[in-house]
Amino acid sequence: MATGVFSELRAKIKERTLRTDKWWLQPLITFAVLFSFIIYATFRASENKYYYLEPLVSPFYSPCLSTACVEGSSPLGQPFNNEYFGIGISPALFILIFPLGFRMTCYYYRKSYYRAFWMSPPACAVAEPHAKYTGETRAPLILQNGHRWFFYAGLVFNVLLTYDAIIAFRNEEKEWGHMSIGTLVLVFSAAMLWMYSLSCHTCRHTIGGRLKHFSKHPVRYKAWTFISALNHKHPTYAWISLFGVAFADIYVRQVASGAWTNFYLF
Amino acid sequence: MARKLKLRIWRGDATDGALKSVEVDVNEGEVVLDVIHRVQATQMGDLAVRWNCKAGKCGSCSMEINGKPRLACMTQVSSFPEDSEITITPLRAFPVIKDLVADVSFNYRKAMEIPSYEHPKDLAPGAARMQQVDVERSQEFRKCIECFLCQDVCHVVRDHEENKKSFAGPRFFIRIAELDMHPLDILKNRKQKAQEEHGLGMCNITKCCTEVCPEHIRITDNAIIPMKERVVDVKYDPVRWLGSKIRKREGIV
Repeated sequence: MATGVFSELRAKIKERTLRTDKWWLQPLITFAVLFSFIIYATFRASENKYYYLEPLVSPFYSPCLSTACVEGSSPLGQPFNNEYFGIGISPALFILIFPLGFRMTCYYYRKSYYRAFWMSPPACAVAEPHAKYTGETRAPLILQNGHRWFFYAGLVFNVLLTYDAIIAFRNEEKEWGHMSIGTLVLVFSAAMLWMYSLSCHTCRHTIGGRLKHFSKHPVRYKAWTFISALNHKHPTYAWISLFGVAFADIYVRQVASGAWTNFYLF
Repeated sequence: MARKLKLRIWRGDATDGALKSVEVDVNEGEVVLDVIHRVQATQMGDLAVRWNCKAGKCGSCSMEINGKPRLACMTQVSSFPEDSEITITPLRAFPVIKDLVADVSFNYRKAMEIPSYEHPKDLAPGAARMQQVDVERSQEFRKCIECFLCQDVCHVVRDHEENKKSFAGPRFFIRIAELDMHPLDILKNRKQKAQEEHGLGMCNITKCCTEVCPEHIRITDNAIIPMKERVVDVKYDPVRWLGSKIRKREGIV
């Protein structure tokens, strides 16, 4: 039986949409960018090398906690085995679960990939191809409600990546007071990850959004106002931080493999 | 100076209909509703169109213009290329009555299902006092003119007629958010009801409601997502649930 815009009592119009603009362009670009990132991240996570060269460590491999991590890349130690059921597993595969979970459950990315990958809907007022729709009311999409747990985990990762960026103010002999191009790359990546996390809707809710009486909590109200202003730019920070972390990994890979030289500014 | 404008207007009713081409004069500064009225006056005397204030405040002239849900009175003809043809149809998420008029009674039924404000029992009429910072969030939602463009564009009901039973839609999620954020409302379980009875969980936050809102209400960011987070507080966050049992926390009811 026909449903949606082709339902029995609605205006009899055979087109799925009458939009005349390029509504398909934005989901297409989103699909291309996110798909490219998934391919690259999968390749890098399984490559398991070229992720560390004193003082730079790739964000894909930080914190490196497995016995397989190269010497010097594990400031928090190596409490985990790298082999499970006889199979050597790249430490990045464990690490990336958390930032991936944060981005997958992010309210902004949900909009992006529901449109670009699942076409639900592909664009506003463009009929989706699915016969049934239950939204986020049942498994697996009900797990989107766990966004706040990934947000908390993301904050821990931000602290660790900030530590990596600070460590990058050393030179290859571990002497402080130096700065290389790699330092700038890691600082930029960590800063954008903080902006992405702080502008998050869950952060906004946690800081003050859940309150009924702002007047009884003036400090939280001020903080909520600040986070709300950042929240306007959440999509921008989502994309910049994604590119930032990807470029940081590319940079460290190229430097660690010897393809690029990490120039020191001082 | 007048120029000729090509239009395609959907004519028909619930049994049948089609897009009819027409050419009409248009003057500088006119909106789509102006040219519809000119067509009605000169070429299609029986064309049905709902309108009222012509100022973007009554929400009556909602229709789809080149496939996008818009107010005809707020859509400048000059916003389209001069040589292009403009296609006008009724709202496609609701049953059509005639021509450009859709039956939006679904929204009135949903409005009646939303539990209204509940005043504190111990607060005498006239004794209520509220701070501006406590009500300004809700005031954004009071700008709603009930044009139902957000309801029309929402794919949950637009593309799935069967979901109309269990889904209130973005216009009513801002109503629920307005009440849940109200500093004096004491109704319990508003959040659970939003999820379990009004279909908040069916929204997948694709933000089309925000894109079409003529009042620029940030429906998704300021109402739907905050309500989803409040639902997580009471339904999916065991730590906060436990905290609410040990110590009564503000907002967790």
